[in-house]
Amino acid sequence: MRTFKIGGIHPNDAKLSAGVAIEVMPLPLQVSIPVAQHIGAPATVVVAKGDKVKAGTLIAQATGFVSANVHSSVSGTVAKIDNEPDASGNRRQVVVIDVEGDEWEENVDLKGDFKRTFNLSSEEIIAKIKDAGIVGMGGATFPTHVKLMPPPGKVAEVLIINAVECEPYLTSDHALMLEHADEVLIGVQLLMRAAKVNRAMIGIENNKKDAIKLLQEKASKLIGIEICPLRMKYPQGSEKQLIDALIGRQVPSGALPIEVGAIVQNVGTAYAVYETIVKNKPLVERIVTVTGQSLAQPKNVLVRIGTPMSALIAFAGGMPENTGKVIAGGPMMGRAVVNVDAPIQKGSSGILLMPEALSERVEMDNCIRCGKCVSVCCMGLQPYLLMNLVEKKMWQEAEQEAVYDCLECGSCSFTCPAHRPLLDYIRYGKSTVMRIMRERSAKK
Amino acid sequence: MNIILISVIVLGVVGIFSATILYFAAQKFKVEEDARIDEIEAVLPGANCGGCGYPGCRGFADACVRSLEGKLCPVGGSAVMNKVAAILGAEVSAADPMVAVVRCQGSCEHRAKTNRYDGAKSCAIASALYAGETGCSFGCFGLGDCVGACQFGAIAMGADGLPVVDDDKCTACGACVKACPKNIIELRKKGPKSRRIYVGCVNKDKGVVTRKACSVGCIGCMKCQKECPFEAITVENNCAYIDFTKCRLCRKCVAVCPTHAIVEKNFPPKKEVSEQV
Repeated sequence: MRTFKIGGIHPNDAKLSAGVAIEVMPLPLQVSIPVAQHIGAPATVVVAKGDKVKAGTLIAQATGFVSANVHSSVSGTVAKIDNEPDASGNRRQVVVIDVEGDEWEENVDLKGDFKRTFNLSSEEIIAKIKDAGIVGMGGATFPTHVKLMPPPGKVAEVLIINAVECEPYLTSDHALMLEHADEVLIGVQLLMRAAKVNRAMIGIENNKKDAIKLLQEKASKLIGIEICPLRMKYPQGSEKQLIDALIGRQVPSGALPIEVGAIVQNVGTAYAVYETIVKNKPLVERIVTVTGQSLAQPKNVLVRIGTPMSALIAFAGGMPENTGKVIAGGPMMGRAVVNVDAPIQKGSSGILLMPEALSERVEMDNCIRCGKCVSVCCMGLQPYLLMNLVEKKMWQEAEQEAVYDCLECGSCSFTCPAHRPLLDYIRYGKSTVMRIMRERSAKK
Repeated sequence: MNIILISVIVLGVVGIFSATILYFAAQKFKVEEDARIDEIEAVLPGANCGGCGYPGCRGFADACVRSLEGKLCPVGGSAVMNKVAAILGAEVSAADPMVAVVRCQGSCEHRAKTNRYDGAKSCAIASALYAGETGCSFGCFGLGDCVGACQFGAIAMGADGLPVVDDDKCTACGACVKACPKNIIELRKKGPKSRRIYVGCVNKDKGVVTRKACSVGCIGCMKCQKECPFEAITVENNCAYIDFTKCRLCRKCVAVCPTHAIVEKNFPPKKEVSEQV
C-alpha cells in the first residue's frame, strides 16, 4: 500500500465518532459570521444593520482575486456588524444575525434532482464556485476557484481528492463519504471538468475501509476516477505528502502542486461543489466532528456557519468537567480555543475537548541530540537545529536551513522525548524568515 | 655557501622591489581618514548597541565628525556628548534624555485571567498564536521578551507580572521597543527629576470592552483631552496618547482620568490644597 516516503509518525488515531451518523444541528438563536474565513483579503460587508436576510443571501463580497464571498447561513435580521473575539481572542469583523425561521433564497433548490450529466463549461463551473464562496474545507481555507485556475503555462494532469483525514479524532470527511458517496463523486467529476483533467485520484487512509469499499463500488462505473487506499501515516493529509504518496512526484520547495501537474482538493470541497452546482446552494453549512474522550456523545454534526462552538458542545452532551483544553481542529494541527463562543467557520473540521491530564504540556528538558525529530520530519528538515537558530534569532542561518518549508504538522514536537516546543519556535521562525524574504524581494 | 649567498641576495632584491611598489601604492591609494574619528570612538562607551541608529560606535563617530546636529549617544548621554563636542570644538545641542516606558498596567489584580497559556515562554510566539491570557488583546503577555532584549539589565519582571524599567540603567537604546510584539514599550522624554506622565494603556477596543477586561484600561472617554491646557493629548481609536513634547507635567489629566489609566511617575505626593480652601 502506498504512502509518502520521508518521515511521518503514527499517533493513536482515536476516531471516537467513526461510523456515527451525521446529525443536523438545530438552528441557534443567533449566528455571527466572520467576513474573513479564508486565506487572502477579507470580504467587504454588503448588508447593513436591520436588513432582512435569507439563508444563502450574500452578506460580504470578495475583495480581490484571492478572497471569497460570504453568505448568510440563516434567515433573519442583521443585528449588528461589529468586531468580536474569534477563537484566538483577537477581535475580527463579524456579521451577527438574529435567526427567524428557516427561509432560503428562491433560487436554492433544496431537494435537488440527482443529475449526473452537465452541460457546463469549465469557466461556468469555476464562476459558480467563486460566487458560492467555496474554500478548501480541509482547514487551510484557500479559495477553491483560485486553485482551479492554473497560472499561464502550467497544465494540470491529475486531480487529487484529499480524503485522507490523517488527524486523530476527526471523522467528518469519513462520515461524509459514507452518507453522501454519490454526491461526492459527482462533485469530483465537476471538479475534473473545471480543472480540465480526465483523471482523478481519491486518496483514503486504510482505517476507513468501509468508505474505501463503498467508493470503489460506486466509482467502478465512472471513468477516470481511481480510489487509492493509503497506508496510515501522519501527516498524509498534507498536500505535498499526498502528491508524493499518490503519484510519486515531489513538489519543489516554495512551489505549488500545479508545478508537478496536480491539483489537490478536499473531499468536503467536492461535496460543497456538488451542492453549489446541483442545488445552487452557497457554502453556508459544513460537517463538524465534536469529540473528546470524556464527551458524552462524540458525533458528526451538520452545522450552519456562524453557530457558536459552545452551542455545538452543548448539543454533544455539554462540556465535561475535566476539560483542560478545547481545540479547534484536530489534536496535531488544531489550535487551542480561548473563546468557546467563537463561531464555526468554513474551515472548522472539528472541535476536540481534551481532558486536563492529556492536554497539559510537560516541562521542557534539554535536547539530547537523539535525532528523532529529524527522522520524523516529512520535509527533511532538522527541527532541533531550527529551534536553536530561532531561539538565537539567527534568521539568515534559519533561512539556509529552509525553515520556510515547514508545514507545521507538529510531528517533531509530538516525538521529542525531551518535550521541547519545537514547533512553536519553528512556526515563529518561519513567519519571521518569510517576512524578511518578502521584504527583500519587494526591495528588488 | 654560494647557495645561501644567492638566496639572500635574490630574496633581498625581491623584498626591496616589493617594498618600493607597496610604498608608492600606499601613497597613491591613501585613504584620508579624519583622525578625530579615532579620538571620538575612544570616548564612546564601546557597547556597539546600535541605539543611536548607526552601525556601532565607529559608525556613530564617523557621523558625528560630519555633523553633530541632533546626534545623541543614548548610552553615554550628555556627559559623553560633551566630550565628543570638545574634540570637535563645537557646542553640543542639549538633547532631552529618553527612557523606555511600559504602557500597560494590567497586572493580575487589574486584569482577570480568562485562560492559561502553557506554550513556549516567549512573547513573540504567544502573540503569533493568540490574543493573550486575559480579555485584553493589546496588553502585556508578561513572558519577558523585553527583559531578554535589554543589554543593560535595565528591565526586570516585577512581582505583578509586568516588566519594570530601571530609569538609571535604561539607556533608551530601543531594543525592548523592537522586541515587544504588542508595541507596548515606548521611548519617552525622561523629564526633569525623572518626572513624567503617560497613558499606561494601548487598548484600542471600545470603552465597554476595555472596562470589562481591565480595571485600569483607557476607555477613550476624552476627559483628559478636554482637560489638557496644552493640547498635548489626543484620543484615537478609543485610546489616549500624551505627546511628551507638548506635555508640561501639570497633572490635570491624571486627576480626571476615571480609570487611573494615566500614570504619573516620581512626583511628590500632591498637597491637599483644594480641600483646605
